[in-house]
Amino acid sequence: MVEYRIDRHSGVATYVQIVQQTKQALRLGLLRPGDQLPTAREVVEATAINPNTVLKAYRELEREGLVEARRGMGTFVRRTLGAAPADSPLRGELEEWAGRAVAAGWDRDDMAALFTAVLDKSFQGERS
Amino acid sequence: MSDTAIEATGLGRRYGRRGAWALRDCAFRLPAGRVCAVVGPNGAGKSTLFALAAGLMAPTEGELRVLGTSPADARPRVGYVAQAKPLYPQLTVAETLRMGADLNPGRWDAAGAERIVAGGDLDPGTRIRSLSGGQRTRVALALALGKRPELLLLDEPMADLDPLARHDLMGVLMGTAAEHGTTIAMSSHVVAEVEESCDHLLLIGSGRVRLAGDIDDLLAAHLRVAGSAETDGLTGHTVVESRTTGRQLSALIRPAGPVSGDWRTEAPTLEDLVLAHLRSPGAPALTLTEEYAA
Repeated sequence: MVEYRIDRHSGVATYVQIVQQTKQALRLGLLRPGDQLPTAREVVEATAINPNTVLKAYRELEREGLVEARRGMGTFVRRTLGAAPADSPLRGELEEWAGRAVAAGWDRDDMAALFTAVLDKSFQGERS
Repeated sequence: MSDTAIEATGLGRRYGRRGAWALRDCAFRLPAGRVCAVVGPNGAGKSTLFALAAGLMAPTEGELRVLGTSPADARPRVGYVAQAKPLYPQLTVAETLRMGADLNPGRWDAAGAERIVAGGDLDPGTRIRSLSGGQRTRVALALALGKRPELLLLDEPMADLDPLARHDLMGVLMGTAAEHGTTIAMSSHVVAEVEESCDHLLLIGSGRVRLAGDIDDLLAAHLRVAGSAETDGLTGHTVVESRTTGRQLSALIRPAGPVSGDWRTEAPTLEDLVLAHLRSPGAPALTLTEEYAA
C-alpha cells in the first residue's frame, strides 16, 4: 500500500503529486501488479484533499495504462514502471561503487556530479 | 436526485424594510457532488446565504432552489451548522446525539456520529456548556453529518479548531463526500484553509456574487501579467486589477485571447484571484456555468 503526502507549498498541482508518488512507488517496487491503490475515501480522510483530485489522479494513471479501476472493487496496479526495483542486482552494484567512491575520499557532491554526468551521457538527446 | 444542489436567481435579502441589502442580485448554480468554498470578507453576505439555503429565512426577492425544491422542503436532506454552533448547553454529548437520532428517524447514522465525537477524545457524559469551542464544533458537525445529508451547509466550520482537529475534521468531511457524494458548501474568509478541499468557488463581496464556478476553470480564465508600465497590449482583455510600481506594471487579467506584447505571464493562485477581485470592487463578476453532467 502507498501513502500519499501532499505538499501544499510545492507549487505542483495536488493531483500531479499523487501521480508522481504512485509512479515513484511503482519504480521502487513498493507497488506491484495486482496491488490495490488506497480508495479515494482513504486518501481524502488522511490528507483532507478534495475527492475529485484523487479521482483525477487515478484517471491519469489509468490513461497511462499503469492502473485499472475495477467496478465496485477499487483501483489496481496493472504493470510496474521502469526496471529498477529496490532489490535489483544493479542496485547492489551501484552500492558497491558508492562504497568504493567513499573509500577513495569522494564526497556526496562529487558522486552526484559524476552520476548525473553519466546519466546525461546515456540519455543524450532525451529530455529528462 | 437533482443534479443541482443550490440554484439562485435574482436572489436578494434585506434586513428590515429600509435596511441595507445583505445580498442582492445573486445568481449562481452549485452542481450536486461538489465541495464549494464560499469565500468573502466579513459582512459580505455569506451567513445570510447559508441561512436562506437552510430555509431559516425567506428571500426578500428572487428565488433559491435547494436539491431541486424549496429550501423549506429540502430541510430533512440538508445539514446546517451555523457559525455560532448552536447546541443545548445543558445536554451532555451523548444526549445531544440521542436528540439527533430522535429528530432524524430513519436516516440517523449513529455509528458515524459517534465516530466523529470519539475522534476528539470527548467524554459522552460531558455537558455541552463545559466544552471548548473546538469540541462544540466537533459535536455540531457530528449532529449535522449523522443526519446523512445530501447537502451540508457549514458556516465558518473550521474557525475554532486547532490545526490538528481542522485536518482531522476536514478529512472526515472529505471522506463523507467521497463515500456518499455529499455536496458540501463551506464558508471561510481564509482561502488557504479550504483551497485543497474544495473544487468549486463562490466568491461573495458586498452582497454580490463576484466569482462562481469550478476552481480549475476559474483559474484557467485568468492570467497574471507583468511588464513595463509603458508596454501596450492589455486593451481588449478584461483587467481585474492592475498596479504600477515604478516602471513595472503587474495585473490580473481575464484574457480575451492570446496576450501580445512583451509581458511575462503566469498562472494565478486561487488566493491571487480572490484578493484581486476583493480589492477591485468595480471589476466585472464572472460566473462559469457548467454542463449539466457529473
